[in-house]
Amino acid sequence: MIEFEIPEKITGVCTVIKSVADNMMRPVSRYFDEHEHEIPWDYITFMQTATRAMGGSSMAPSEKREGPRLGFQRLAFMVEMLSWGDAGIYLDTPGGMLGSAAVSATGTPEQKERFLARFKSETPTFDAMCMTESQCGSDTSAIRTTAVLDKDESQWILNGEKIFVTAGHKAMVDSKGFIVVWATIDPKAGRAGMRPFVVEAGTPGCQVTKLEHKLGIRASDTASIVLQDCRVPFDNILGSSEVVTGKATTGFKGAMATFDATRPIVAAQAIGLARATLELLKEMLTEKGVTIRYGLPRQKMTSIEKDVIDMEVMLRSAWLLVIEAVWMMDNGKPNSLESSMCKVRAGDVVNKITQKAVEIMGPLGYSREYLLEKWFRDAKISDIYEGTGQINRLVVARQILGYRSSELR
Amino acid sequence: MYSFEPSEEQKMLIDAVNRYATSDLRPAAHDAEENKELPPKLISKGWELGVLQASIPEAYGGFGERSAVTGVLAAEAMAYGDLAGALAIGTPGLFALPVLLAGSEEQKKKYLPPVIEADWRAYTAALLEPSFDFDPNDLKTVASVNGDDYVLKGEKTFVPFAANAEAMLVYAKLDGKTAGFIVPKGAAGLKVGEEREKYLGLNALPFYKITLEAVKVPKSNLLPGDFTPVLAAGRVALAAMAIGVAKAALEYSRDYAKERDVFGVKVAQKQAIAFMLAEMVTEIEAIRLLTWEAAWMIDANKEDASKQAYLALTGAADMAMMVTDRAVQILGGHGYIREHPVELWMRNGRGFATFTGLAMV
Repeated sequence: MIEFEIPEKITGVCTVIKSVADNMMRPVSRYFDEHEHEIPWDYITFMQTATRAMGGSSMAPSEKREGPRLGFQRLAFMVEMLSWGDAGIYLDTPGGMLGSAAVSATGTPEQKERFLARFKSETPTFDAMCMTESQCGSDTSAIRTTAVLDKDESQWILNGEKIFVTAGHKAMVDSKGFIVVWATIDPKAGRAGMRPFVVEAGTPGCQVTKLEHKLGIRASDTASIVLQDCRVPFDNILGSSEVVTGKATTGFKGAMATFDATRPIVAAQAIGLARATLELLKEMLTEKGVTIRYGLPRQKMTSIEKDVIDMEVMLRSAWLLVIEAVWMMDNGKPNSLESSMCKVRAGDVVNKITQKAVEIMGPLGYSREYLLEKWFRDAKISDIYEGTGQINRLVVARQILGYRSSELR
Repeated sequence: MYSFEPSEEQKMLIDAVNRYATSDLRPAAHDAEENKELPPKLISKGWELGVLQASIPEAYGGFGERSAVTGVLAAEAMAYGDLAGALAIGTPGLFALPVLLAGSEEQKKKYLPPVIEADWRAYTAALLEPSFDFDPNDLKTVASVNGDDYVLKGEKTFVPFAANAEAMLVYAKLDGKTAGFIVPKGAAGLKVGEEREKYLGLNALPFYKITLEAVKVPKSNLLPGDFTPVLAAGRVALAAMAIGVAKAALEYSRDYAKERDVFGVKVAQKQAIAFMLAEMVTEIEAIRLLTWEAAWMIDANKEDASKQAYLALTGAADMAMMVTDRAVQILGGHGYIREHPVELWMRNGRGFATFTGLAMV
């Protein structure tokens, strides 16, 4: 059956999230955009309480399977709505994000317990993923952070510097969270030497050294983290102990596979932002007496009508790609292609829509009195993080061409 | 629930259409275009798949139930083979499906069986008009009341198989809205152009201009139902065909790029080309989902179905142009020659911005 009915469970959740967006995010959007390193604690504590009240420890799909599998679909809808509220404040949501996604995907049961239990506490707790370094972003195999095994002490010694860590400060300073640091145990081995290590807040030798000043999503902290002879227990390497010696291990592949799950969620974030923009644009146009008529041939449309209708096509089709990707996750279908496709499209669409909206509204679009200019700034990162649009195009191309990464660079 | 998997029955139909599209339609397409003719046997073989019949209830001679989703799946598969062939096989549906959607019980019982019970015969419809800003909701062909009749006046273009049509559905403006009128063969005042129209693409299809010089039809020939669902059905059908053509172009250019050598590697290994292909496949899938959603909304009687159908076709027209243009580009000089199919697909691809009314589900 081909069907497009939003499941009731999801509609219910979205109604709740929308009121969070309306009441706890929109009213403070401008404030946290202008006060870049302040923390929206009201939103954070609210989300912590609400998530616990709903019986979860994060918004991520639970491992329980009851009824039709809806976990990733539900998450996508929730993220879309939260981002519709505020794309930056959404990134301050406590509980499992990218770091714990890696733990869930590749950790042993003991590791999952040790690291993920903290999200069930009353105190908002955060995690973060550390991959990018100053000399490499897309080319993850070029990381230089090292992990050396001290057999006597049964510890790993980490050295290096990670940048652009979303929620790095919240994970390591504002809460008793953790970061997942990608380091190499064998610099000569390239990608094959990369391993994920959990570093908990308070570990000596690990310091947040900088918070970036950004174009947008200013409510989200973007940190630089320096590791200097930072020692972590041997058991902090994610995955079982075979992960140390094996080459392309299932653990590593599992971690890479989490990107198939996280890419659509990041795309959902972009879509929420795009939707907010299109809705506000239409509201503002209506206020100015400009109506959008549907069904006309393009020869009879005004320029603004054509732009708005194109935006509607872009937005809806991009969102459907996200839904398809997460539906496939929920139904156990391999979705590397769809996951990358939806990220490509969402990144494109949110930039086109926000850029066009500012253009259409002239001086009002450019003014800080309205949120359009903020959303223009928030949008840009969507085509950059979690795999740039260009990297995702490579992934899509490899999929449809049947090429390995060595065959298409 | 969301679900993106066709039902078992739909899969069977799509498979049958796919086989026909790849084994019969596609190999015949090049010559059909050059010779400006589709072999009748080709059309009858496609007709025997029963796509139209599967949409029409038993009470009117069919064996199924109308489903826009099923129609859309079949239309994409058919157009993937060849657009002219797909449109030809679907032409009787331009008459039958609006009768099903907007006709009275009597009209359905009278007109549907002859169209679908036997071989393919030329039943057609006339919607498009030769004005640059053609608007299906603001026609220049008009209908006025004259006693117990309607009198139709105007000019239509792009009418497929008009020359020997058994009957045609002519759309005209009545009381400010678009309405459909059944016009039988040989009606007085109905003038079919002597020569076929010539177009950028679709040369295998016989299109004609028709002039309505005070054509009288009895009042009972007016389809009483609303035009909006008919237009929506036409738009998703066309969007689906655009996807089929685009898919053909994507696959052909992708396969070519994988084979062709350049600077010591395959063309497909160059980022510029790889990125084009990535964007093509992404755009196709995005518009496919938009079209499926519109078709589902039609079947589920959702309020915004016709708006969604409009958005789907708007997106599909742009998508088809982008994809087919790139397919020619990827083949380079060879793409420009009328041996590879990509130049035909590009010529056909531009038409989706205009072809309203040439397809129906």
